[in-house]
Amino acid sequence: MSSARLPRKRFYRARAHSNPLSDSHFPVPNCPSEVDYSFHYPYFFPKDAPPAPKPKVRFADVGCGFGGMLVSLSPLFPDTLMIGMELRDKAFLLLLFLSLSLSLFINYAEYFISFTRSAHQVTEYVKDRIQGLRATNPGQYNNISVVRTNSMKYIPNYFEKGQLLKMFFLFPDPHFKEKNHRRRVVSVQLLDEYAYVMEVGGIIYTVTDVEELGDWMKSCLEKHPLFEAVGEEEIKKDPVVKLLTSATEEGQKVARNEGQTFMAIYRRVASKED
Amino acid sequence: MEESLVEESESGNACTDEAAPALIAVHPTESSVVVAVGSELRVFDLKEDCAVSPVDDLGGPHHSASIRAISFSFDGELFVSAGDDKIVKIWKTGSWNCIHTIQSEKRVSAVSISQDSGYVTFADKFGVVWIMSLKEDRDTKAVPILGHYCSIITSMKFSPDGRFIATADRDHKIRITVFPRNALKGAHEIQSFCLGHTDFVSCLTFVCTQDQSKGFLLSGGGDLTVRLWDYSNGTLLYTCALGNEAGILEASEIEENNKTAVTDICASSNGSLIAVAVQSYNGVMLLSCDFSARTLSCVKKVPMEKSYIPTSLALVSSKEHLWTVMGASNLSSSDLSNNKEQLLTRVRIVSFIQKDFSDACSRDPVLLEDSQVPGGEKLLMQLQGSLDAATQEAAFAAAAAAVRTSLQNMMIKKQYSVERRELRKRNRNDKKIKS
Ligand SMILES: C[S@@+](CC[C@H](N)C(=O)[O-])C[C@H]1O[C@@H](n2cnc3c(N)ncnc32)[C@H](O)[C@@H]1O
Repeated sequence: MSSARLPRKRFYRARAHSNPLSDSHFPVPNCPSEVDYSFHYPYFFPKDAPPAPKPKVRFADVGCGFGGMLVSLSPLFPDTLMIGMELRDKAFLLLLFLSLSLSLFINYAEYFISFTRSAHQVTEYVKDRIQGLRATNPGQYNNISVVRTNSMKYIPNYFEKGQLLKMFFLFPDPHFKEKNHRRRVVSVQLLDEYAYVMEVGGIIYTVTDVEELGDWMKSCLEKHPLFEAVGEEEIKKDPVVKLLTSATEEGQKVARNEGQTFMAIYRRVASKED
Repeated sequence: MEESLVEESESGNACTDEAAPALIAVHPTESSVVVAVGSELRVFDLKEDCAVSPVDDLGGPHHSASIRAISFSFDGELFVSAGDDKIVKIWKTGSWNCIHTIQSEKRVSAVSISQDSGYVTFADKFGVVWIMSLKEDRDTKAVPILGHYCSIITSMKFSPDGRFIATADRDHKIRITVFPRNALKGAHEIQSFCLGHTDFVSCLTFVCTQDQSKGFLLSGGGDLTVRLWDYSNGTLLYTCALGNEAGILEASEIEENNKTAVTDICASSNGSLIAVAVQSYNGVMLLSCDFSARTLSCVKKVPMEKSYIPTSLALVSSKEHLWTVMGASNLSSSDLSNNKEQLLTRVRIVSFIQKDFSDACSRDPVLLEDSQVPGGEKLLMQLQGSLDAATQEAAFAAAAAAVRTSLQNMMIKKQYSVERRELRKRNRNDKKIKS
């Protein structure tokens, strides 16, 4: 029973606020073709496969935290590659647990140790979580992974034009002070980049428990010429929507406290320029 | 602690007194030449053969700090200047009278006038590009149209067909954005990102095939390469590494604090002649572009006197002359030792005029002596501020070093030592393991 139990997360607490402007010490790929996705999804990139079209990442969870959304989405879309992007090293817990399940532990562990000095604690946490997940879900979670990066600066370094079908922004940091609004991960200017990496028809999901931030995200999307609100009916039918408030650690916390949530769900539309 | 460090570098206060490179721009028909150094705009009218003092009859403020960017409009009717004093000035080039003065919230790092002269765009130190209409006589409010998140935009150019605006930044990125019909509503549609530089991008220039059916983009940067792009889809077509040609040591042998970079690039519109300035080369390198093979090749090096490292280049389409300037503002008095001239500049011109126009590559460029330059002594007096600039080698060496340091400071993000990082991490109590 102890193997299936989730380890206590308080050992791995990350900082309460992270500053997306701060310059980083993680490696940044120069362009999307430089990212070795076979490293992230070895199951989808078998060594002896023909050089046929390589599968591409289609979903991105921006600021994924501990990756709860990816873990929930994985079995719903088992053939879709998904990636989480996280600035803080907490996401590397997930990375490690994935790598373990994929027998890539050695590689990732070395990579990881360069970022943290508490690798021992982390590996203990991961081992526990892995064993728990493996015991109940053999052969799953091959389609999810995570990168440590500043999504506000490096989205185009990871994705090509029109590559993504879904983007998630779940409970992003609110940055209340007006002078810090430009640190918000959803803004009209950053939406230009999100629109660029999304396929026309793709959907962007945002949710927050901070009303003011909810209004802000909605108004940014509303103002943006390349996004249009998804209709009520369609939202009701979308199986992903109920996960927005239930799948992530932050969502669960809000739900426990019976807090309100504010969603904005928009579709990438074609430019009306020509 | 972390936050305050970041805020500091964001607002760019560190750069206040750093040396700013002298800039040069030439009217598209070569009817005038402008050198900007410090807060001074030095204009010489080649048609009338006289020095010109730009005036502001509207009573707007003159530049009061280093000018960081200048540009003529495509038709040459307008000229724009902007920089550390946070003002953008638009000049009519017929009279050299200022017709607009725009207040920016932040220092300005790049400026451009749209292809139809309908708009001016300027990039601030926060990586935001602003636009103002030039279609009205009065000043209207500048509005933001796009942003490079928390980066510094180093170069901004409109494509010759006016459809795109290209912006380059210190984070290795070049963004190509559709320039919309109603530009005041923002430029949201990204056509492509040109990614491949492995260090900051410092300069951009568009070129196109003879029949103008297809356009390309050239860029240079801190990785000491010039790159050729198909900007319609961001494909990197060719990388020309200048390390060897410039007689520079292998990358591994270049000391960290002695890094060298491509600082400016200019090209004849059909790409047959490309001039490149490199921080460690006293002269210019000439490249040429083969559109069908999609390659760049180094044609020739034009060496100049020792310590003459051009800080800016300009070329007009008729490409009779390549204009180069070297100089810097804000040199400390120790850099200048026994020289009182604060705004030291030197202009050198390479001439391509030749009888045989058949083959661009075989034309032999000639570095003009001071006595041979168009406009003669009068021009040199106006643009250089003195005639004895050639004799001030030590001062130029100091200027070259100062400009190099200031560029590195601006482009290279603060790198903290491993120990310092560890210390910061240890002091962050939220990471401490509570057992
Ligand atoms: C409040 S948490 C929400 C995490 C998760 N989405 C959830 O719902 O549980 C916000 C997360 O976004 C991350 N973040 C903030 N800015 C980021 C950036 N620029 N790039 C990547 N991640 C970022 C933070 O580190 C943090 O983990």
